[in-house]
Amino acid sequence: MADYPEVLGLQTRSLREPVVEAEGIAMAFGTNTLFRDVTFQVERGEVFVILGGSGCGKSTLLKLLIGLYQPTAGQSRILGQNLQASTGRKRQALLAKLGVMWQSGALFGSMTLLENIMLPLEEHTTLPPQAREEVARVKLGLVGLSDAADRLPGEISGGMAKRAGIARAMALDPPVLFLDEPSAGLDPITSAGLDQLIKDLARDLGTTFVVVTHELQSILAIGDRCIMLDKEAKGMIAEGDPRELRDHATHPTVRAFFRREAI
Amino acid sequence: MSDDAEAPGFARDGNRLALHGALTTERIGDLWNPLLKAARGVAVVDLSRVSALDTSGAALVLAAGGEAARLEGAGQGVSAVLERARDALAAPRPRPAARRLPFVASLGAWTVGHGRTLRDGLGFLGEALVLSLAVLRHPRRLRLNDLLRHVDEAGLRAFPLTILLGTLIGVILAFQSSASLSAFGAQSYIPAMVGVIMARELGPLIAAVILAGRTGSAYAAELGTMTVNEEVDALRVMGVEPVAMLVLPRLIAGMLVMPVLTLVMNLSGFVGMGIIMNMLGYSVPLVTSQLQQWVTLGTLGGGLLKAAVFGLVIAGIGCRAGLSAGRGPRAVGDAATAAVVGGIVATVLLDGIFAVLFFRMSW
Repeated sequence: MADYPEVLGLQTRSLREPVVEAEGIAMAFGTNTLFRDVTFQVERGEVFVILGGSGCGKSTLLKLLIGLYQPTAGQSRILGQNLQASTGRKRQALLAKLGVMWQSGALFGSMTLLENIMLPLEEHTTLPPQAREEVARVKLGLVGLSDAADRLPGEISGGMAKRAGIARAMALDPPVLFLDEPSAGLDPITSAGLDQLIKDLARDLGTTFVVVTHELQSILAIGDRCIMLDKEAKGMIAEGDPRELRDHATHPTVRAFFRREAI
Repeated sequence: MSDDAEAPGFARDGNRLALHGALTTERIGDLWNPLLKAARGVAVVDLSRVSALDTSGAALVLAAGGEAARLEGAGQGVSAVLERARDALAAPRPRPAARRLPFVASLGAWTVGHGRTLRDGLGFLGEALVLSLAVLRHPRRLRLNDLLRHVDEAGLRAFPLTILLGTLIGVILAFQSSASLSAFGAQSYIPAMVGVIMARELGPLIAAVILAGRTGSAYAAELGTMTVNEEVDALRVMGVEPVAMLVLPRLIAGMLVMPVLTLVMNLSGFVGMGIIMNMLGYSVPLVTSQLQQWVTLGTLGGGLLKAAVFGLVIAGIGCRAGLSAGRGPRAVGDAATAAVVGGIVATVLLDGIFAVLFFRMSW
C-alpha cells in the first residue's frame, strides 16, 4: 500500500486556479472512520469525479465539501475560502457561488419547475420578477425542459427531475456545480444525454463540475480527472485521468472497478 | 464573475446600444429594466466591451436585442454563451392551460369526480368489511403485534391529552353554567347537566377530534409515505392484501380505543366539574348522587356506542386517505389534511344521524 494513492495522467495538467481544494480531510461518525487524509484540487472548468464503491463515503465527502458536515480533520476550500469557517453574510455569498444537484433532485413539490428555479434568484439577486422568470426559462431551456416549466415535480419522470435539479443548481450561474449521482437510476439514453449536457456546460460556460458517481460509462464520458475512495483503505486509492486509470492502474480494487470484475 | 469584475452598464448612440462590463447574475438586477427601456428600437447591440457573460446576462442581452437587433462584437466565449441561451429560449414553451369548461360542463365534471371518489370510498369500505369477515374465519390473518402497537399509539399515548382536555372542559362547562343557573337557584343541577352533556355528546365528540387529529393524520401520513415509496405495491405483488395487513389492525384499534378514550374523557370532565362544584360549596356526595341519577347506563352506553363508530370511521378515512395518496411529499401532506378534515366532518355528520336515531328510539 506504500505507493497508493497512485496518480496517473496528471502530467499535462496545471492546477494553477483551484476552485475546490481538500487538504487532508478525514471524516468519522463516532468511532467509525469513513475516510482519512483525502487531498485533491479541482481547477476551473474541469469535470472532476469522485468515484468508489457503495458505502465508501462519496456522498459524505460531497456534503463535507459543500459545508453540510464538519470534517474531523483537515479542511476544504471553495474559491479559496473555507466554507465551514464562514458565517453570516460571507457564508451566504459563498453559498451563492456553488450549486448542488441532489441525488433525488430534491425539487420542492409544491412549486412548478419554473418556480423552483426562480427561488434562488429571488433570494440572492435583485432581478425584477419578469427578469427572474426569463432567466429561469433560459436555465430550463439549457437542460431541455422548456415545455415542462409549468409542471410540478410529482408530474415528471426521474430523468426530468435530475435535469430540473441541474437547472436549479445553475440558477445563479455559479462557477462550481456539485452533482450527486446524476446518472443513477436513469436509462442509458437519458444518462448519455445528461453526460453530454454536463460536458457542454463545462465547455461553453466554463462551469466547474464536481460529480459523485459510480456509473462507469459516465465517469469515462465526462471525467477530466477523478479520485477513487475505498471502504477498506478508508481513503483515496487513486487519482488521475479516468481513462489512464482504466488502462494502467495497478491497485487491484481500481483495476476491478474499471474492468467490472469481482474481487 | 470575480468581485472586482467591471461593473456592467450601457450607452445608446442613435440606433446603436453599447454594453460594457460583466453581465452576470449578481450584477444585472438593477440594470434589467433600464436597459430594456433604453434598448427599444435599437438596430445594433455592441458587445465588444462585455468582459464577462453568463446565461442570465445572455437572457438580458437577448431580451434587449429582441428579434430585430443585430448583436455585434462578441468575443468567442460571449458568443458561445449567447448561442446556448438563444437555443434554450427557442425551445417550445408549455402549451397554455386548457380553457375552462363552461358552467354546466364544470358542474358535470365536478359531479362525476366526486361520484368516483364516493364510489372508491364505498369500494374501500366494502373491501374492509369483506376482509374483516374473512378475519373472523381466519383470525391468524390479523397481525396481533400490529394491532397492539396501534392500540398503544392511538389509545394509551392519547390518555394525557384526553385527561387534560376532559378536565378543562368539565371545569369550563361547570363554571360558565354556574353564573346563569345561580339566577334561578339551580346550581345544584350543574352535575346533571354536565354529566349528560359529557356522556352523550361532548365526550365522544372531543375524543373523536383527538383521534382524528392525532391518529387519523398519522395513519394517512404513514400509509401515504408507504404508497409513495411503492411499499403498498410491493405488498400486492407479494400476494399480501394491503387492506388486511395495513388497514384492518388500524380499523380495529380505532374502534377499540375510542370508547376507552371517551370514558376517560367523561371521567376527567366529571372530575373537573366536581372541582368547581366543590369551590361553589357543594359536597362530593351531592355531585355523585346527581351523576348517578342522571347519567344512566343507557346515556353512557349510547355515547360509547357512538364513540366506537366514530373510531371506526376516523381510522377508515385516515387509511383511505393514505392509500389513495398521489406522488411526492405534497401528496402525504394532502392525505393527512384530508384525513383530519374528513374525520371531523364525518364525525359531526354521524353525530347528527345518531341524535335523530336516539330520539326516534327514545334512547
